[in-house]
Amino acid sequence: MPWSRKVLGRSAAVLIFGIVVGCLLARRVSGFSEEKRLAVYSSNGNYSLPVSERNGTDYIGLLEILQPLGTASARLDGRIWRLHYNDVESEFTAGGTRARIHGRNFDLPTSFLLENGRGLVPLSSLPGLMPQFLSFPVNFHETSRRLFIGNVAVHFTAQVIKSNPPSLVMQFSSPVNPMIATEPGKLRMVFTREPLVPPGSQRLTFDSTAIPSATFQENNGAAEIAVSGAVPLFASFSGDGKTITIRPAPQAAVAAAPAPGPAQGSSPVPVTQPATSAAPPQAGTAPAQVVSSNGTQYFAVVDASHGGNERGAELSDQLAEKDVTLAFALRLRQELLAHNLPTLLLRSDDTTLSLDQRAGLTNIAHPAVYICLHAASQGTGVRLYTALLPVGGEGRGPFLGWDRAQSAARPTSLTLASSLAAEFGKRQVPVRSLTAPLRPLNSITTAAVAIEIAPPAGKISNLNSPAYQQLVSEAVSAGIEAVEAARHKPGAQE
Amino acid sequence: MIPRHLKIGVAVMLAVVLAMSFYAWRMRGRMQQAEPATAYIRPVTPPVQGPTEQLTLYVAYDDPGSLRAQGASIPLPAGRQERAQELLRALLGLYLEKSSSHPLGPGAEIRDVYLVDPGLAVIDTNDAFADGHRSGVLEEELTVASMVETLAANIPGINRVKILVGGKERETLAGHADLTGFYDVSAVNQLVGELQ
Repeated sequence: MPWSRKVLGRSAAVLIFGIVVGCLLARRVSGFSEEKRLAVYSSNGNYSLPVSERNGTDYIGLLEILQPLGTASARLDGRIWRLHYNDVESEFTAGGTRARIHGRNFDLPTSFLLENGRGLVPLSSLPGLMPQFLSFPVNFHETSRRLFIGNVAVHFTAQVIKSNPPSLVMQFSSPVNPMIATEPGKLRMVFTREPLVPPGSQRLTFDSTAIPSATFQENNGAAEIAVSGAVPLFASFSGDGKTITIRPAPQAAVAAAPAPGPAQGSSPVPVTQPATSAAPPQAGTAPAQVVSSNGTQYFAVVDASHGGNERGAELSDQLAEKDVTLAFALRLRQELLAHNLPTLLLRSDDTTLSLDQRAGLTNIAHPAVYICLHAASQGTGVRLYTALLPVGGEGRGPFLGWDRAQSAARPTSLTLASSLAAEFGKRQVPVRSLTAPLRPLNSITTAAVAIEIAPPAGKISNLNSPAYQQLVSEAVSAGIEAVEAARHKPGAQE
Repeated sequence: MIPRHLKIGVAVMLAVVLAMSFYAWRMRGRMQQAEPATAYIRPVTPPVQGPTEQLTLYVAYDDPGSLRAQGASIPLPAGRQERAQELLRALLGLYLEKSSSHPLGPGAEIRDVYLVDPGLAVIDTNDAFADGHRSGVLEEELTVASMVETLAANIPGINRVKILVGGKERETLAGHADLTGFYDVSAVNQLVGELQ
């Protein structure tokens, strides 16, 4: 009947609409909830894996845990999942709780699951299960989902030095590279890759009114040290990353406005570091927070190489590479912001940042392009470098080496380099494109190019010329803009 | 009463001591006047026993920032590892000459080259090699590419190269070229193509 067909059609449309809206809502809600993760620390490397929840129990892929630790492979034989790790053979049955490992029975607390060929074991079984495969001691912090394999733990001590102003000196047994964030009355350091273990007490108290206490917490595969302060605090690194010193921020730095840029109401605030004009440069100071707190999606990250204790090349008696790169970086950011390209500057003052910190901060910001600036006294014009990557791959399973994280983005890096070269050519600036073994290019997961700027006509002092800096910045900005325009062309691949 | 012969003996010994002191003082003065250690900047290596061979060195030229293959006749020992050492010492010898196309810091030296199977060569340079190296992406890249390519072109079977400084790993050569990883010879071949 036509009437019933109409009703059926409408009902179907409403049902489909409901399903679509439901899916969208579910996806949105799940996006906001924090994904459960397991952190694994071993002498072979530290890594993090997603945890799956099934029937109220946390499960983890066993092959994924073992792959980075040795030679591991798995095959499915009906309902039997056979896992081979180094010289250990094991069998797990889908839905069963008894496994055979190296000829012996092993009972799981809940049943073994098979999903798309992946073997999932309950997370709570790891303290007993892992020693069946490994010859190292295994320590599992179950509530925080942190698995320590072997003697890999990083310990720390904390002591307040009663100077003026007082400072909290934290000594770590190995170099650390935490994410640092500040909020009123607190400085938080989150250690996602370091096997940091708690000191004797979770709460440390100090005989200082400015820095009265610190707390250690572990949660979801990460450790956190939160330092309480009666005044705003900032952190600085020294001792090759083994020492973090926390002290009250200078008043000038606290009062400082965000980094300098063109006075455009619509421009995002790109950096939350203290402005150079408001506070004297502080060698060895790490940025307290580099990712915009207002959720800005940065299009470009500009990295002024060197800084702080690391001067880079001595271009002349008065000119250090770190100062030239900073001057170019500030001008370039200004130029990019003027073209409505939100830009994050990794350092806007005389700050020390390690190469890994630069890569980490860039990858967290997820920009479309990363530009690293260098300066040289030799030759003229500019040289553009893309990463020199090892041929072939030595990834372990789903993992990609930190030194080859650039691999997937290499084609876009080459596109960016050729776009920049074209713009320099248009402006009669001599340009040369090369690959180079230059960190942190290898570890950047987006289009990444390093620019080495040499003087325009052999005179080194011209590197400081505003006209030359403007010319170079305009060319880089135009090159980046051309790439951005190409991305938005119909049919272009993102 | 002191015997006469004892008095004479003490007097003779005193005279000898004075004469020796005067001689030592003169010698010290002469040494101080002599030219300072500039003559000893070049590393002294024992003479090589072996027939002279025709080889290809990849030599860096700062102006215009290129790498060129250059024939050279060098006496090389029979052992594969010793050959690798001599080869790189000959290359560094070129860079330490006064009219070098790519000057290295004084005292730069190859301490050892270890060939580790399969296909890995470890070059151990001295501290002066890195401490005295000019800082710059291109300058450092030319040095690394020159050493890796020279080694790979003349010693068959090398496909990865690691560079140490003073027996230890260093982050960069002089602030730019990465020394933490292994140089893949295939990747360096491509780089050499760009630099030629």
